[in-house]
Amino acid sequence: MIIIITNTNLSTGTETSGRADNRAFDELRKMKIEAGVLERADGSAYLEIGGNKVLAAVYGPRELFVRRLMQPNKAVLRCKYNMAPFSVDDRKRPGPDRRSVEISKIASQALTPAVFLEKFPRSTIDVFIEVIEAEGGTRCAGITAASVALADAGIPMRDMVVACAAGKSDGKVILDLSEVEDKEGQADVPIAIMPRTGEITLLQMDGNLTEEEFGQALDLAINGCKIISEKQKAAIKNRYGDE
Amino acid sequence: MVRIVPEIIKESVTNLVKNGERTDGRAFDEYREISLEAGVIEKAEGSARVKIGNTQIIIGAKPQIGTPFGDTPNVGVLMTNTELLPMAAPNFESGPPDENSVELSRVTDRCIREGEVVDLEKLCIVPGEKVWMIFLDLHVVDYDGNLMDAAVLGSVAALKNTKLPEAKIIDGEVVLDYDNLVPLPINDTALMSTFAKIGEELIIDPSLEEEEVMGARLSVGITQDGNICAMQKGGEKTLTQEEVLKAVSIAKIKTAELRTLLP
Repeated sequence: MIIIITNTNLSTGTETSGRADNRAFDELRKMKIEAGVLERADGSAYLEIGGNKVLAAVYGPRELFVRRLMQPNKAVLRCKYNMAPFSVDDRKRPGPDRRSVEISKIASQALTPAVFLEKFPRSTIDVFIEVIEAEGGTRCAGITAASVALADAGIPMRDMVVACAAGKSDGKVILDLSEVEDKEGQADVPIAIMPRTGEITLLQMDGNLTEEEFGQALDLAINGCKIISEKQKAAIKNRYGDE
Repeated sequence: MVRIVPEIIKESVTNLVKNGERTDGRAFDEYREISLEAGVIEKAEGSARVKIGNTQIIIGAKPQIGTPFGDTPNVGVLMTNTELLPMAAPNFESGPPDENSVELSRVTDRCIREGEVVDLEKLCIVPGEKVWMIFLDLHVVDYDGNLMDAAVLGSVAALKNTKLPEAKIIDGEVVLDYDNLVPLPINDTALMSTFAKIGEELIIDPSLEEEEVMGARLSVGITQDGNICAMQKGGEKTLTQEEVLKAVSIAKIKTAELRTLLP
């Protein structure tokens, strides 16, 4: 038996703001995005939001060696989401697990609609999302970073996909759940959109929400996405100048 | 995946070295620019990010309580694992570790273990039953040559940065006190220098371009006192005895220089 002593107060909700970190219900965590952080990759991005640290890299369009995946008329977009063993409190065993396989799949589906895949028949665009440190909302952080990496790689796109989550914690519908809010919360709704048209490319939900609450959560998440979208654009402008 | 190096590049790099020059203008015993930060991952008990030129590795150390190995009941455990992420280079693929990744893990582990960087005996909590196991995970995110030196430098920095909760035994149970963090007991700071043999010359800290044309490779691990604690030769060509000795003497000077970078 191992007993763990810790003083960390895990409860959300203080009297004043309703959230453990004193954010307003519709406030994002502090974030930054940087494009072009890796040398070898064709495109890359680094993103921090709250305690999350995520790297994304893009290779391609390049030759697809797995023939059964090859599309004669367009490229395939393959995404790999992976968490570093040291990114979480209890070391995660390296390698894919069921969760990361699922997130890889939904992340590629979230990004695919934005990319002009038909320009690159029989090839692949590989997107790698590496979670260096996790603090709730890594899939959204990963997808947001991946779009910036795709843009950095010069892949032609209709829009830069952006992702953000809303949910319910301590009985309130809130934007951008932290790790504690997610763990103790009642629901989590991660979404991804193409901000120009507002089309949703990813939508998941777990927990328990009323229809009204879900509507609020979706509104909050879309607004969150729009704010993050500006940061994505700023990251690209920062790297390539304001054209 | 095999990478094909055009003959023309091979020839130009080799000819440059023959004339005492390198593609990036460095001297034969000159490292690329190195940056080293410790404590980059808050959730890891110890961590570091190291860059040598464009090569970049992020290292995290996580402790767990486990049972010691039967033949060393009073000694803690150190496990080193490397991931050559597909993010790091176009020819790296995901999946179980390949031979390059295993070699990097094992050589890094050897340098740290044999250099007695961590005082593993102090990691024993209950002899034969409970010891600290330190998992050292190396995430290679950008590959531009010379992973070995970066791996060892970053690992030592991460270990020096590691803090463990105090483990007490109360009524026969292990109690972890996260309010009292103690630094990992560090004995030494063994570091590694790697040389590539191109033509008849030895060059330190080979870049990717140089690794692709090198005939042989030699990595030398040196402790604080200047003793050799690990060596590994790679590549398909041979090294002479003089070359090995020369590499060791240069490595002693160069690892001492690297040591000043440790936080």
